[in-house]
Amino acid sequence: MTITGLIIVSAVSMGGLGAVLAVFLAFADKKFKVTEDPRIEAVLGILPNTNCGGCGYPGCRMLAEAIANGNAPANTCVAGGNDVAKKLAALMGVEAKDHKRMLAVVLCKGGGKEAGKRAQYTGDRTCTAANLTGGDKSCTYGCLGYGECVDACKFDAMAMNANSLPVVFYDKCVGCGACARACPRDIIEMHPEEHRLFVYCRNKDKGAASRKVCDVACIACGLCVKDCSVLGGIALKDNLATVNYALAPQSDESTKRCPTKCIFSGIEDQMTKSRFEAAEPQRAGRKAV
Amino acid sequence: MGLKTFERGIHPSYYKELTASMRVEKGLHPKTVIIPLGQHAGTPCEPLVKKGDIVEEGQKIGDVKAFVSAPVHASISGKVKDVDFYQTPVGMKALSVVIEGDSSVKEWTGTADLAALSPEAIREAVREAGIVGMGGAAFPTSVKLAPPKGRAIDTVLLNGCECEPFLSSDHRVMAEEPDKVIWGLRALMKAVGAQNGIVGVEDNKPDALEAVKRAAGADSAIKICVLETKYPQGAEKMLIKAALGRKVPLGKLPLDAGVVVNNVGTAVAVFEALNYKKPLIERVVTVSGDGIMEPKNLKVRLGVTFEEVIAQCGGLKDASKEVEVLNGGPMMGIAQTTIAVPVVKGTSGITVLSQDAAAALKYNPCIRCARCVEACPMGLMPYKLGDQGRTGMINEFKEWGGFACIECGCCSYVCPARRPLVQWIRVGKAKSRREEKLAVKAG
Repeated sequence: MTITGLIIVSAVSMGGLGAVLAVFLAFADKKFKVTEDPRIEAVLGILPNTNCGGCGYPGCRMLAEAIANGNAPANTCVAGGNDVAKKLAALMGVEAKDHKRMLAVVLCKGGGKEAGKRAQYTGDRTCTAANLTGGDKSCTYGCLGYGECVDACKFDAMAMNANSLPVVFYDKCVGCGACARACPRDIIEMHPEEHRLFVYCRNKDKGAASRKVCDVACIACGLCVKDCSVLGGIALKDNLATVNYALAPQSDESTKRCPTKCIFSGIEDQMTKSRFEAAEPQRAGRKAV
Repeated sequence: MGLKTFERGIHPSYYKELTASMRVEKGLHPKTVIIPLGQHAGTPCEPLVKKGDIVEEGQKIGDVKAFVSAPVHASISGKVKDVDFYQTPVGMKALSVVIEGDSSVKEWTGTADLAALSPEAIREAVREAGIVGMGGAAFPTSVKLAPPKGRAIDTVLLNGCECEPFLSSDHRVMAEEPDKVIWGLRALMKAVGAQNGIVGVEDNKPDALEAVKRAAGADSAIKICVLETKYPQGAEKMLIKAALGRKVPLGKLPLDAGVVVNNVGTAVAVFEALNYKKPLIERVVTVSGDGIMEPKNLKVRLGVTFEEVIAQCGGLKDASKEVEVLNGGPMMGIAQTTIAVPVVKGTSGITVLSQDAAAALKYNPCIRCARCVEACPMGLMPYKLGDQGRTGMINEFKEWGGFACIECGCCSYVCPARRPLVQWIRVGKAKSRREEKLAVKAG
């Protein structure tokens, strides 16, 4: 066979093969088409697409499917807040229910200055790993300071300050709860934004023992319990003052006599990202260690 | 060669010569002891005493109705000073009883006739004496002796491997009290109705081997099995594979293979519980490492602090330098954050490493050499599990068998990039457990 013949034969055979396969693909595209609810794409377009997991679904895609199928209310997305809830309600043609904003509160004030370390930890620099040994911190309930919560935050709403404590930026926090889930010592709690009165300590040791390990620990003296105007508003539980949010007034009436100033009203001076950046420019957006 | 062994594993430096030939010394009678109420795997005990009570040596001070549990006893006579949460050497704080002792010491003597004891009586005595596995895991022995109905146990395997570097407490127990070991083995065999008893010993302990062989005598039911010196030969599943050639299925217990495995120290505790009616209130602890002045094998009361034990061994070589103190040996031991923690039932050794020996090395990226896979005695893929644990990929971690890991540390030991693989796997387990806890909380 001549070289020209070869070229013609191969061109024809390849072209023919291509044509046959093209017909098959065109057929398969029609025959096996998966029709998807177009609203899923629409919902997904409105959702923040950060896959934070705050809603309880594995990711935004799964929540979008649930909302489109009517299995989840339109205000399920915690990260999106009211705006997203309203848009989704309009899209789905349902009544817009108000989205309750939750905030992360770091319930420990014993940083490097106040609590200190009892050992030198040389292992993996994460809180979970450090906590497995009992922790290098003198307080066995306090923040370990390796910033696993900051790593978990997908909204740039947290940073570690110079005192090795996590700071939440309340202009950025969407209340997804990823930080609270990441903390192996359950120091971060999620609260509705109207809560103002917090006991910034998790130490369950007796007064003398907790005073020994930290300057700002709750020593369970009971003064806040006495000063609270509503009976049962604040109670001592496991050597720790505990606020009953259904009863206790959120003012600072009960906090004035606290000897270690571990209970106060107001979420950490309403820290925002810009304020943090102004105070500690070198640390913003970085882990502590 | 031709010694019995298991697949994979490693050959670390053992450093046993520091204490292997030293006789067990009696530790000083402690003035105060801290006795945690949860020293075993399973449900922690509830306190039976309160502050101000006078207790006697060997008196039961904590118990609970749960099946997987073991009571705890006062290790010295004296007054209960406090019942509160104290740091334990296994990481977490636990409810503990603090006893301030007087100087009285009880003599424990007596004899028992094994032929006259029923299996139930042995089981009951073992439970009442609070005996748990003394190799480190501290699993209640009475639970091992009560296999579910229809499960025949044909062999009791005594674990005298002691593959962990530095430790020599089991070695000394076998060399010095071989008769008690063999008596205890016979009692354990009777309790589960097993016909065969095997003592597995690594070939690096010739004197211990000789001693138990002599003690066993011509009894055809008891065999002494010489095993290759390899780490982790003393891990339950590895030992069963090596000594009997049986494989324990993944996620199953040795009793599914018809075997009960106990530590040699446990056998001695069983002997003392049956003969002397003595509960588990003291144990042999190897105090070793390059940071300690005089390495020793000490028999100490449970609840004595690490601080006191270290002081009895001449203290630290250089008190001005930081050291790493481990509950156990360097492969599986848990680093301590304070030495004010008590010796518990599972403390087989206290290893003190100088800073040079314990230096935390910077780790590098994984080069996919698969040496961890070659070393893993459980046949897992540590490089994969480590990354899944570190990054919190919980579902994948479970799928790839993360919970089958026995945390022997072979993977971290062989990794040329010095990646802390076993630590990450432990992190993965902790994260999985936390996830489950949160899921339960959320409903």
